[in-house]
Parts: sequence; structure tokens; C-alpha cells
Amino acid sequence: MSSPVAPPAHRVISAAYPRPYGGKALGVHAILVAYALIAILPVLLIAMNSFKTRAAIFTTPYLPPLPGLVSLVGYETMFERAHFARYFVNSAVVAGSAMALILLLGAMAGFALAEYRFRGNAWVGLYLALGIMIPIRLGTVSILRIMSDLRLVNTLFALILVYAAQGLPLAVFILQQFMRQVPRDLKDAARIDGMSEYRIFWLVLPLVRPAVATVAVFTMIPIWNDLWFPLILAPGEATKTVTLGAQQFIGQFISDWNSMLASLTLAMVPVLAAYMVFSRSLIRGLTTGALK
Amino acid sequence: MRPRLRRVPLHIIVFILPAAAIYTAFMIYPLFDSLRLSLHGNPEGGGVVFVGLQNYARLVADSLYAPRFWGAVRHNLIFFAIHMLVQNPVGLLLAALLSARRLPGLAVYRTLLFAPTVLSFVIVGFIWQLILSPLWGIAGGLLRAAGLGAHFRPWLGLEGSALVTLSLISVWQFVGIPLMLFHAALIGIPDDLLEAARVDGATGWRAFWGIEFPLILPVVGLVAILTYVGNFNAFDLIYTAQGALAGPNFSTDILGTFFYRTFFGFQLQLGNPFMGATVAGVMFLLILAGVLPYLFVWQRRIEVHEL
Repeated sequence: MSSPVAPPAHRVISAAYPRPYGGKALGVHAILVAYALIAILPVLLIAMNSFKTRAAIFTTPYLPPLPGLVSLVGYETMFERAHFARYFVNSAVVAGSAMALILLLGAMAGFALAEYRFRGNAWVGLYLALGIMIPIRLGTVSILRIMSDLRLVNTLFALILVYAAQGLPLAVFILQQFMRQVPRDLKDAARIDGMSEYRIFWLVLPLVRPAVATVAVFTMIPIWNDLWFPLILAPGEATKTVTLGAQQFIGQFISDWNSMLASLTLAMVPVLAAYMVFSRSLIRGLTTGALK
Repeated sequence: MRPRLRRVPLHIIVFILPAAAIYTAFMIYPLFDSLRLSLHGNPEGGGVVFVGLQNYARLVADSLYAPRFWGAVRHNLIFFAIHMLVQNPVGLLLAALLSARRLPGLAVYRTLLFAPTVLSFVIVGFIWQLILSPLWGIAGGLLRAAGLGAHFRPWLGLEGSALVTLSLISVWQFVGIPLMLFHAALIGIPDDLLEAARVDGATGWRAFWGIEFPLILPVVGLVAILTYVGNFNAFDLIYTAQGALAGPNFSTDILGTFFYRTFFGFQLQLGNPFMGATVAGVMFLLILAGVLPYLFVWQRRIEVHEL
């Protein structure tokens, strides 16, 4: 497609789309800045006011926590009353384990579907892809029955299994497409060297690292943020996730503005911090067609 | 003896079985088992018996369920319509602006515009509850500053405006998804195509609708179906902001909250797993009614066009 000396496609400076200039550029930036403010100001407003005194929250909501306006009373109440550290560990265990299962098992199945021609290959692929479009929540009545038969209600294991089932279809689908692009020669050379098929899988896996990272981020966000399954399968105090804990805690403190703002901020920070760290690979994943 | 089928080699089974087993046990089986349960009931509180489509008949006609059910369907359609009319056009507009080649600050814009999308519904619900609260007065204060103070209402608390307000909150959160998908498609259009268009005299607005938009039509379909499935499966935001009763006076009740109440019960009404499964069955049919035409009509036609 391109000659060897051509720069990578995304670096091509196009004459068809000259860099916006003058009034037009100003207009473009005005709209983008305006929308960026709409997207980010509500979040900032909450975070900023969580560090202020009750009076300052109401009288000067737009000021940052300047000296004299600062109060950490919301955070103090919260650490006394809620077990956010425990909720956080629960969420981390659930999301971490589910993600490990999704990535490993998804990569294995994706590898097999991409690599081997066998009876029913297409049907297995289609079967595993069904779950991309059908929400797992619709099976909740039965999932609760199964979990209670297995005595897994109010355990983190129940959540891990359900989230693994929820995340696998998309993971298999995306990883399979990336595994297809790994050059044949490499695998054939390994086979000639007498490597087993399992060893070849571990050889191929690091080569699709960008796809694995994309799948990881895409499966992590909905698991971390889910309210439905924690509410139904693991509402007990010992197994609450951050999302459920925040929902119930803030619901109780609806008139204690300091605690409400503090717990909201604390619930947002890990997600936004992780997002800032991974946003480049997340957005690259989205924009390089991992989902197409 | 029948001739044996050629066996699938063991390592293929080892690779596929674990994923297939978890997926089958906790997703596919529950979906079908739930559909089966929707055809059963325990009328006198005795044993479970097959009741055919009786549960579905109760859902659409019985005075205990039908008003809430049809209300939830109607609200869900409004919820979806607002996403299609606001979220996706705004996402397309922002994506078109972002996709101008060599836009300064692109990375910063992308990061900021997508940020609300990674937050949970729970956080988003509370953030907006606080901002729209007459007690804190942020929304009211901003309107007053713009000289529109008289137009402020406690929108989340009024029957007439609560559903639209919640839909817009959901739009605020999820505009990042269509934005990124459209953006990805737009920057994927080969430069020489646009160059050719420019030489032919098509620029700006005309080039966008005449050349780029038709080229990203497959993504328009994808965005529409993702919005549809997401909306008919929504629950968390309404539950967080308005509670399980989806107040005021059920005006924000959608299928997700109706499903939750039917299954678990609320206040005086006892939960009923069979009726819960029936609501899930209807949601399943509604989602299929969107997904199947997408897969078999839209995608095929679009593929033909691409060739």
C-alpha cells in the first residue's frame, strides 16, 4: 500500500484536511473546550468541595479549598463509619480475578479458534460470540438460583464467575482477531523445533499484548462499576464492593454533605487515576479498531 | 457401528473448554433456564407447575402488573429516543471536530471528553443529584447567573421532567462511546479519498455528509445497536438517583427497575421469581428484536455497499 519511505499512515500530513486555521479553528476549539468543561466541571466541583467546611460548600461552592475554607470532617466521618478499605479490597479481588480468568481463558479459546481448523470451528466461534450482544443480567433469576444451590451467595467467588462469563465473549472475539495476524512462519518454525501446541500458545500470547491490554481495560471498567450483581449476589457487609458500598453509604448520609462529597470523591479517585494512567492505551485500543 | 467422526485433537479441547464451560454455565444456561422459569409458576403456593404463557398474559393484561409494565416500556422507549436524538448526534459532532487532521490538543480533549464514561452510574447519579439539588443551588445559581433563574426547577423531583433529566444525565456519561467509535472510524478514512474529494471541490460540510458520513455508516449502525441494548438493560442510574420505586410516582420506571421490583418485591408486593423471569423474557425478546435485524439486515446491506 505504501512505499517503504512513506511515514506511518497516521503521521501523514494531509492536504485534504489542512490544520484548522483562523476563525474556523477558533470555532472548533470553542466547542471542544465548552464540551470538555461540561464533561469535567461536575466532577471537579464535587472533588473540590469535599475538602471544604460545610459553610464554604454552600456559600462559595466555586472556590477551590483555600486556606480558611478547608475541612476534612467528611473524610473523618467516612473512615469512622464506612469500611471503604474493605470494600476496596473486595472490588480489587473481584475485578482482578475475573480479569485474569477472562484474559487467560479468552486468549486460550481465541488462540484455538484462530489457529486450528477443526469440525465446528465456525459454530463454536458464533456460539461464544452470542454473549456480546445479549446482556447477562437477563439470566439473573436463574443465576441467583444456581449460586444459592452452590452455596455461593454472599461470596466474592459468585461475582468472579458471573463477571468472567460476562467478559469472555468479547475477549474471545477480539483476541481471536489479533491472534490471526500473528505470522504463520513463526509458529511453523516452533513446530519444526518440536514445541508442543501449549508452548506455542505461550509464544504467541506476548505478541498480542496490545490487544490483551485493550481487553483488560474494557472488561475492568464495567466490572468495577457494576451495581446490579453485587446488590443481588453479594450484598452482605463482608462482600460489598466499592460501588455497592458507596451507593448504600451515600444513600444513608443524604443530609451530611461533607461525608457525601468525601465518599463520592474517594469512590471516583481510583477509577479516574487508573483512567489517567491507562487512557492512552484505552483510547488507542478504541481508535485502532479493536472493536471493529 | 457408525463410522466414528474424526476426533477433535485434545489440545483444542483443552484450549476451548474452560472458557466455553464458564460461559455456558453462568450465561447461556441461566438465560435459557430463566426463559423456562417464565413459563412456570406456583399458583397456590404449592408445587411448581407449567403454566404456558399465562405469566406473559398477566404481565400485559393483569391490573397488578400491566400498568407498571406498559409504563416501563414507554419510559424505556423515551429513554432510548433521547439517547438517539442527543447522545449520538453530539458524539458525532464532537468526533467530527476531533478528527480534523493535526488538531492541537487532541490527546487532552480525548482524555477529558471520555472521562465521565469510565465513572460508575452510582457516582454519576449522585454527582448530578447534588448539582441539581435546590439545597446546594449549583444549577439554580448558574441559571441565575445567565439571567434564567426563573426557569430553575427541582427537575429530578418532578414527574414531568425526571425521566428526561435522567436520560440527559446518562447521555452526559455515555457520549464518550459514540464519540470514540465515530472518531476511530473517521480517522480510519484514507487520506487520498478525502484528497480526491477536495480536488473535486467538496470541502467542509459537503465533504462530511457526502463522503465521510456514508463511509462510517457501519459504525452508525453499531452505535445505534449498542445504545439500544444498553438502554433496554439500564438499571443502575435510576436505582441510584430515584430508588427501586423509580419515583416520583414511577415516572422514571424503566424495564430494569421494573424487573428488579418484580423479582425481589418492594414494600407490600412480594417478589416473584417466575414473574421476574417473565419480565426478563420480555426484555430478551425486545433486545433480540433490535439485534437480529441489525445482524441480518443492516450489516449485510452495509457490507454490500462497502464492496
